[in-house]
Amino acid sequence: MLNKCTRFFSKVLTKNLVLISEKRRETHLFVLLRRELPTGWLRLLFIIKLFIMSIRAASALRHFSHSLLLPSRFGPAASWRLFATTNPAAANQHVKLEKQGDVAILRLDSPGKVNVLNQPVMEEMAEAMKAVQADPSVNAAVLISSKPGNFIAGADISMLERVQSVEEGQALSKACQDLLDEMEASKKPFVSAIMGTALGGGLEVAMATHYRVAVKGKASLGVPEVLLGLLPGGGGTQRLPRLTSVPNALDMALTGKMVKADKAKKLGLVDALVNPLGPGLKDPDTRTLEYLEEVAVKTASQLASGKLKPKREKGMMDKVMNFALKYDYPKNFVFNKARAQVMKQTNGLYPAPLKILDVIRAGVDGGFKKGLEAECRGFGELAVTPECRGLIGLFHGQTECKKNRFGKPQHKAQKLAVLGAGLMGAGIAQVSVDKGMQCILKDMNTKGLARGINQVEAGIKKKVKRRAITSFQGEQYMSNLIPTITYEGFDKADMVIEAVFEDLAIKHKVLQATEEVIPEHCIFASNTSALPITKIAAVSKRPEKVIGMHYFSPVDKMQLLEIITTDKTSKDTAASAVDVGLRQGKVVITVKDGPGFYTTRILAPMLAENIRVLQEGASPKDLDRLTKNYGWPVGMATLADEVGLDVAMHVSADLGAVFGERFSGGNVEVIKEMVEAGFMGRKSGKGMYLYPKDTKERPINEGALEILKKYSLAPRGLSSDADIQLRLVARFVNEAVLCLQEGILASPVEGDIGAVFGLGFPPFTGGPFRFVDRIGAGQLVKAMERFAAVYGVGFEPCQLLRDQAASGAKFYPAK
Amino acid sequence: MAALQIKPAQLKKLFTYGGVRTMAAAAQGKKNIVLVEGVRTPFLMSGTDYNKMMPHDLARESLLGLVRKVGCEPSDIDYVTIGTVIQEVKTSNIAREAMLGAGFSDRTPAHTVTMACISSNAAIATSVGLIQAGVYDTCVAGGVEFMSDIPIRHSRQMRALMLRANRAKTMGQRLGLLASIRPSFFTPELPGIAEFSTGEVMGHSADRLAAAFCVSKAEQDEFATRSHRCAMDARDKGFLCDVVPVKVPGKEVLVEQDNGIRITPPEKMAAMKPAFIKPHGSVTAANSSFLTDGASACLITTEEKAKQMGWKPKAYLREMTFVSQDPKDQLLLGPTYATPRVLEKAGLKPKDIDVWEFHEAFAGQILANFKAMDSDYFAKSQMGRSAKVGAPPMEKFNNWGGSLSIGHPFGATGVRLAMHAAHRLIQEDGKLALIAACAAGGQGVGMIVERYPGAKL
Repeated sequence: MLNKCTRFFSKVLTKNLVLISEKRRETHLFVLLRRELPTGWLRLLFIIKLFIMSIRAASALRHFSHSLLLPSRFGPAASWRLFATTNPAAANQHVKLEKQGDVAILRLDSPGKVNVLNQPVMEEMAEAMKAVQADPSVNAAVLISSKPGNFIAGADISMLERVQSVEEGQALSKACQDLLDEMEASKKPFVSAIMGTALGGGLEVAMATHYRVAVKGKASLGVPEVLLGLLPGGGGTQRLPRLTSVPNALDMALTGKMVKADKAKKLGLVDALVNPLGPGLKDPDTRTLEYLEEVAVKTASQLASGKLKPKREKGMMDKVMNFALKYDYPKNFVFNKARAQVMKQTNGLYPAPLKILDVIRAGVDGGFKKGLEAECRGFGELAVTPECRGLIGLFHGQTECKKNRFGKPQHKAQKLAVLGAGLMGAGIAQVSVDKGMQCILKDMNTKGLARGINQVEAGIKKKVKRRAITSFQGEQYMSNLIPTITYEGFDKADMVIEAVFEDLAIKHKVLQATEEVIPEHCIFASNTSALPITKIAAVSKRPEKVIGMHYFSPVDKMQLLEIITTDKTSKDTAASAVDVGLRQGKVVITVKDGPGFYTTRILAPMLAENIRVLQEGASPKDLDRLTKNYGWPVGMATLADEVGLDVAMHVSADLGAVFGERFSGGNVEVIKEMVEAGFMGRKSGKGMYLYPKDTKERPINEGALEILKKYSLAPRGLSSDADIQLRLVARFVNEAVLCLQEGILASPVEGDIGAVFGLGFPPFTGGPFRFVDRIGAGQLVKAMERFAAVYGVGFEPCQLLRDQAASGAKFYPAK
Repeated sequence: MAALQIKPAQLKKLFTYGGVRTMAAAAQGKKNIVLVEGVRTPFLMSGTDYNKMMPHDLARESLLGLVRKVGCEPSDIDYVTIGTVIQEVKTSNIAREAMLGAGFSDRTPAHTVTMACISSNAAIATSVGLIQAGVYDTCVAGGVEFMSDIPIRHSRQMRALMLRANRAKTMGQRLGLLASIRPSFFTPELPGIAEFSTGEVMGHSADRLAAAFCVSKAEQDEFATRSHRCAMDARDKGFLCDVVPVKVPGKEVLVEQDNGIRITPPEKMAAMKPAFIKPHGSVTAANSSFLTDGASACLITTEEKAKQMGWKPKAYLREMTFVSQDPKDQLLLGPTYATPRVLEKAGLKPKDIDVWEFHEAFAGQILANFKAMDSDYFAKSQMGRSAKVGAPPMEKFNNWGGSLSIGHPFGATGVRLAMHAAHRLIQEDGKLALIAACAAGGQGVGMIVERYPGAKL
């Protein structure tokens, strides 16, 4: 039976092939092989598949970001760079009008690295549009950028920051909407030729034109406004669902994710693709842009003459969805589901996604015009929210931490070596090899090594599966990994990063053994979360080449890298470490060596406070709920389990010994006893919660509760939700400010980025320093004094905080 | 010892012929290797007259044609190497099957090589290497491609299931396997038409290449037409004397000539839709080479051996080089890279070359190569050279047509290029020819062929 079927099938296929090839050169056989494939059998299967897909339409919403709140959501660096600000330039500098045959070309080329959307640009665009309409010899227009890297990178952020009132924000949105409405209403077709990024306002402009051509693999489209606490205010919330579908529009607008050109084509966002060209008579990007223009001009002319009609056939799924959305029940279902998802992700702390839902809904309910009105109102309201300010601040900070403030290293590290193939070591190796760096991965034995290789392999396979890279690229990345159990090859290493067990004696042994084999210029970096680098470097023959690189687990997901310099670390060593971190795709902060550096140190007093809160009768679930409601992406009890209670114990003991009573809080015996009972957190299967292997259920660990009960404390009248939340945050923030005061931190910016990207400090605040600016140092000092009266020295505000409170100065003075 | 006393000036004079320096291999301590003769079957569009044959049948025809034309005994052949691309799985060492079928000695070893469109160049290189190394004296190098039938596989899941079925002992096991079949298992797997490394189909890459070098569709159509016109002229004048007729089993008449040569009216050519990049691409079916069935073979030996056997060589095989570059954006630029390198190896300048023979994969590819060879920017930025090498003069280029018109059986084209070069040198009274070709994987070949004194068509 089986054989019969397959034989029949191959027969059908080969028969077709022969017929096709007999058609001679009508078309290349290869092409036909592809096109003719869905014949008979396959076509049937195809239709069945489509049917199944349409049934699944309702669950399409599952694509919503599951991590809107997580710092990692704050996207690949690229997305951020693109919001970059430019200086306002003089008139007629942004849009140049040319003519080619019957097609006008509007060439966007603002001075500076990127094109952004602001008042002068819009004015010049309006002017050019008028000229197009007025010239009877022009039948169509092409909108193209002269910068291969971006079409329009989005709205001008400095313009957004200047908005002081709801009305100002609305006016901004309205002006953009009107301009784009006018463009859309033009009888002469406008074609967007997109190479590079078309984000936010850039995509909104493109969506208002009549046809979009994009360069495959070299264009990214998206509406990332939500990441800045805003919504697409230039008609984007209305045109996006119209071009794609409501679920797709919700997905893009709520997560702010970028889509590549070919995906955009599938979504209906782009009408035609142009292939990127390789090196030819000019450099590839220049020629590709020219080619894009040639195609776009031809397309525009054909659109005007009617020779080409946009084909915007929706897929079966979208058709079913569009039909269903005409009725209240499915419509409510979709939007309620989306809202529930947003609430789950954000705890309602972020106004932007909720507003986006309302605005898109307004368009679906009341039509395009009503939708635009809602959009304009929503934009104005969001533009003045503190969340918007916090997120924009975070964006600036991230941009800052994507630069190397130590300059270019003398020797670019190409070959890394990682010592220890554990979770961290393999993670560091993974983010190195998949950025094209060669990386030796050394472990003590083959068993540990194999585990590490598997981890790297799994990470790369996942990327292949998500189509982020091709399987071929995956193979090449894996070839960059050089596993070993000896020091072979270390004589050619430029940088060694050790990720061995957190024990000073072992670190010393490893450092000395490594220094025997590495070349003169090689840097030795230690990945430790708490051991002072100065102590590690004490046995080094060349302490100027020793530095700390504190990665966060899981390395391939967490964006932060905390680099720690000692007094002896040379500037060039720091430059090279930052350079490697940036190439690994990290956001990098550089801090001075000290107990717990920055991130570990500010976490410790808060963890101590956590224990006190638990001793005072809150259950781990209460603690998680309270902290998540405050904006922490992971609840504090869960965080303790993730970090590992044993690690927390060591750290608090070490730091407690140095900093004394200021780091006190709950009884240290609580954690000690839990660790002794084997409750070390997720890794041991038991911590505050239980982690049974085969389910996702996380029941509370009754054993842990017993211990907490044993050490229970009477609440001291500061246990309202708000007080507990503030107690935790206050100790965290105070310690951060102290780090700045002591010079551990070089700037508040790095403090903010470190706290948000490394520890999950509520992102919408913009970080602990922006948080202080926002609520006022005076307020914080007042609250802390109230707590200190009960709990003592742990809540003593540091001097810098007191100074700020007294003078009213801000960490980020207004420009 | 006497040879050692010759001064360089004398040496130069000794090897100067018709104003150009010849490249006596002896001067470099190498053997003089000659191309005695070469033949090919008519190249037919796949799915036509050869339809029912098998690939090794075609290869066998070319081997038989070769020994008959040279007038040698199969036992004179020491070794056979044949190039092929899409392998018939039943005859995976097709060289061996074909030579056995052709009645060669079963004591003669044979092996198959593959290097995409330059597979038979690789076969030639292998033969030259074996001879140069002193392993053998007389080798046959050939190539074959048969696109009328290609191995289409079951899906991986289905294959796994079938292999498991072999081991299923009980009815229960067999039924269990049967029950695990899913519709998706029936999707067949076609042989790799796209580059494995980049996932891009060659025609697609050619279209991008043409665009990168600003080659218009009109230029491509014009070049394709020239190829067909040249091929038609050459055929009508009887120049294509490397073709040996094939009697296809069951057919009434002999297949005597290529069937892909035809002049398409310009307006029809211009109206052709792009085949790969729609709707704005420039590569069409009419300006691309088509899928072809065919085989070729040539006899390679030392000058000494040829004299001893009384064979009349056509040409010397002089320098050769293989090149490779980025398989994505420079997939088809083999000739651009190979030409300057092989010229340098031979100590020649482009003007020394009388006959240029390039493999024409796509008209756009050839023209892009011309522009690349003529671009200082490209030479400097991509090839690390100080200056361009210059494009070949059109009047010396593929004067008897090329792969666009004659056809392109992937594995067999290399020998056809060598024979066209050798025969054109005789016909056009030239001295030196340069062969170049591109191949999948971003590879390429360049060879210098020198006319053998007194060679006749």
